[in-house]
Amino acid sequence: MEFNESFILGCSAIGAGLAVIAGIGPGVGQGIAAGHAAAAVGRNPGAKSAITSTMLLGQAVAETTGLYGLLIAILLLFVKPLLW
Amino acid sequence: MEHGILLSASSDIDVMVHGVFKYSFFGHEVWITTTHVCLMIVMIILISFSIVAGSVMRKGTEVPGGFQNVVELIVEKLDGMVDMTIGKNAAKYYNYIGTVFIFILFSNISGLLGLRPPTADYGVTFPLGVLTFILIHYNQFKYQKPKDIWKDMCSPLPPWLPVWLPINVISEIAVPISLSLRLFANILSGTIMMTLVYGLLGWIAAIWPAALHVYFDLFSGAIQTYVFCMLTMTYINNAIGETE
Repeated sequence: MEFNESFILGCSAIGAGLAVIAGIGPGVGQGIAAGHAAAAVGRNPGAKSAITSTMLLGQAVAETTGLYGLLIAILLLFVKPLLW
Repeated sequence: MEHGILLSASSDIDVMVHGVFKYSFFGHEVWITTTHVCLMIVMIILISFSIVAGSVMRKGTEVPGGFQNVVELIVEKLDGMVDMTIGKNAAKYYNYIGTVFIFILFSNISGLLGLRPPTADYGVTFPLGVLTFILIHYNQFKYQKPKDIWKDMCSPLPPWLPVWLPINVISEIAVPISLSLRLFANILSGTIMMTLVYGLLGWIAAIWPAALHVYFDLFSGAIQTYVFCMLTMTYINNAIGETE
């Protein structure tokens, strides 16, 4: 069966949209990290700077899975591997 | 690009890497791209800064003033960061971590100068990840006994039953890939967002995108630089192990 270019590009766009659903996970994870960091600062305000840097480190690591989804979306949209 | 996703935009919207000129290298076609040019500019800035800083420090005074103060502050902060994470063996890694930190930071914020950030090219971030990988395993073989490394690789099960070995090997290989992809994807997404804002909004995007630049270039770039160096140091520290 022969598919034309527009059909493949449209399906790539749908796939890109589905791929960035991966952003849900990091959102939840970063929210949990920020919430616990806020609670920790409330309990021990003296350790605020250490808690903040730990929180940012953890959030940036948690962000990775979402970025993988974003990367797939970017590849589908700009590199168009399905047209090769 | 007539089928591109940016249909409504003006045609000069572009986030891709471009070839500047090509030459033949042992029969292969090799391109000098915009990434090389931007890397060159970043390196020229950093090298001239280091030459100036070196000449200032050579005739440094006991009570620092002006520029000497700034250089001392930078070195002190970077060394303090390495000290905090690696601990006893920190002195060996001052140079590497400091260099990588300053290089990645300048590459990330070079979007402010109108360059395409070099770290938004996977060819730049992947070698950085591979360097981390080499450092990890060099330190592992230097500081740990082969028996302990084998035990570590079979870790949840006893050493005579290496069922988990392939999975652990894959997780070791995933370290440089995830490190480099994290940096790459963050900076690339920032670059794409800024390009979309400038390209789609045209003259409406006059002054207020400066706020977006602060987030995407400065904040995100600084955080990712910190994370890259922090993770590199943490992995090295794990590889050195608990041998006191």
